[in-house]
Amino acid sequence: MSGVEGFMYPNEIELQWSVLIVLYPFLTGLVAGAFILASLERVFRVQAVKPTYRLALLTALAFLLVAPLPLQLHLGHPERSYEMYITPHKTSAMAMFGFVYLWYLMAVLVLEIWLDYRRDIVVLSQSTTGLKRWIYRLMTLGSSNLSERALAIDDRVGYLITLIGVPSAFLLHGYVGFIFGSVKANPWWSSPLMPVVFIFSAMVSGIAAVMVLYMLMMWVRGEKIDMRCVDTIASYLCYTFIIDFSLEMLDLIHRIYEADESFRSLDFMVHTKLYMSHIVVQIMLGTVVPIALLALTQVVKLGEMTRKRIYALAGCLTLVGIFAMRWNVVIGGQLFSKSFLGYTTYKMALVTREGLLVAIVLTVLPLVILWVLVKLLPPWPERESGSLPEAAPAN
Amino acid sequence: MSISRRHMLLLLPAAAVAWKHVLAGTPESSPNYTMSQHWWGMLIDLTKCIGCGNCVRACQSENEVPDGYFRTWVERYHVSDYDIENPRVDSPDGGKKGFPPAKDDSGKNFFVPKLCNHCAESPCTQVCPVGATFVSPDGVVLVDKKYCLGCRYCVQACPYGCRFINPKTETAEKCTLCYHRIRQGLTTACCESCPTGARQLADLKNPNDPIHEFLKTHSVQVLKPYMATHAKVFYNGLDGSVR
Repeated sequence: MSGVEGFMYPNEIELQWSVLIVLYPFLTGLVAGAFILASLERVFRVQAVKPTYRLALLTALAFLLVAPLPLQLHLGHPERSYEMYITPHKTSAMAMFGFVYLWYLMAVLVLEIWLDYRRDIVVLSQSTTGLKRWIYRLMTLGSSNLSERALAIDDRVGYLITLIGVPSAFLLHGYVGFIFGSVKANPWWSSPLMPVVFIFSAMVSGIAAVMVLYMLMMWVRGEKIDMRCVDTIASYLCYTFIIDFSLEMLDLIHRIYEADESFRSLDFMVHTKLYMSHIVVQIMLGTVVPIALLALTQVVKLGEMTRKRIYALAGCLTLVGIFAMRWNVVIGGQLFSKSFLGYTTYKMALVTREGLLVAIVLTVLPLVILWVLVKLLPPWPERESGSLPEAAPAN
Repeated sequence: MSISRRHMLLLLPAAAVAWKHVLAGTPESSPNYTMSQHWWGMLIDLTKCIGCGNCVRACQSENEVPDGYFRTWVERYHVSDYDIENPRVDSPDGGKKGFPPAKDDSGKNFFVPKLCNHCAESPCTQVCPVGATFVSPDGVVLVDKKYCLGCRYCVQACPYGCRFINPKTETAEKCTLCYHRIRQGLTTACCESCPTGARQLADLKNPNDPIHEFLKTHSVQVLKPYMATHAKVFYNGLDGSVR
């Protein structure tokens, strides 16, 4: 068969996990990262990032709603996926996804967003008319108490949920890393570092996504970007990225130095089939360049416009780099034979169930959901003050 | 129609041979098959394998394996005297139609039949999110087609490349050790079709099974022992270069 070099076990020639499974850790990572950024303000009291707090929560929700779709579309029998909830196999890392996902969606994200927006929702349910009024009324869940005491309880419970949410975000994405890292049959995946690398790369991608989205939305709305806020986010992005890159390099150096039986095969792959996506896109364009750009803003005093441009460029490159990292893990891990004697090729289809078109739709879909969420629950209440006198956040 | 004595003398031995073949395909009486009394595995004597591909063909027809996918296959190794760590391996169409003549006579050439190792500590059953694949009480790794989600995690987890997704059922598939046959006292299709007896079904719980004598008197190895999967397909004469 074309696309095969050397010897593959005959059942290995066809790749099992497609671009959709690349999207799955990418989207989940954005969720975890965006939530951790939101928690900076709530738990760690970093006031500078406050303008992005609500946007980060809504971004996390938008991406979380789409995260299981690539998995569902990839299954041979999606109609049986509910079995994972009814009869989960306790030794399977994948079986726990349903529970971790539900926990994170319902117990953490939705609850926190609802508590944070409850005051706004109640006010909007009274000030709007028509269909919108009904939607907001439904969203109050029958709770329209806006007394000082009720709002104080909202705030306190919200804080507690964020406290639980931070380790939950780590669990959500660390667990995704474990799905790959625990496959002992595959030396490209099998590493105890995998969950840690996934957590840090998730933080990097989530922080970058919220930073870019915030700047984009401010630009679209014709409002001034809070430079103190983006400067702080950019510095967090820079430091997190350095840790992430160090961990990935540690993994790489360890592999090169140990040079076990799989090394020659993996080394060959990185120099051939994965050269573009791993060396050029992931490491150079998607990691070294954005770290260098962000580091530049930390050590050199630059003008506001220059900083904005650098942040936008570094943020976009970061997202490309993290996507490439997911690609190299998922697709790269299937391009070589477990016999270490040959290589296959991934041929992405265009319009099939697991093709490029579906992948593009699934990447754009969270942005559409975010747009709806932002319209429904504006994350910038202070600007809406003209029409919403009491819509300021509870705290 | 009258049958002469001459005809009778010819027909009787022919009927006896035919009857023997009929019996060979008839299950031994096993109405009381108790799973807990068996622990199935397989012995593959590589010194006997001639790479004819009979086993692959028998398996495909017995189990309706789709073209391009394999529950069992045969690999041909060519190991040079100078570079034993880098063997050249081929398996054209899983060795189903045998092998073309070897191009290189230097070094050594040998065949290695492969199939699911029916591991006692199988990574594939460990990762299945719904438990659709499991180790049966008699030691056979099976897949419940009506339950499998088709998530392909088990295919990724198998270190030996033994699993695939059947394009018709969209579920995971693999060697069942011809479970439908062995429960009835028959051997597997691959073992039955092997002309040299290189493949032998083995019941490790049966004290009278010749496997015990063989394991005692031969240097037997499993594939990738470092994977610690407790594989139950034992190879006699396994070269260190085999992966």
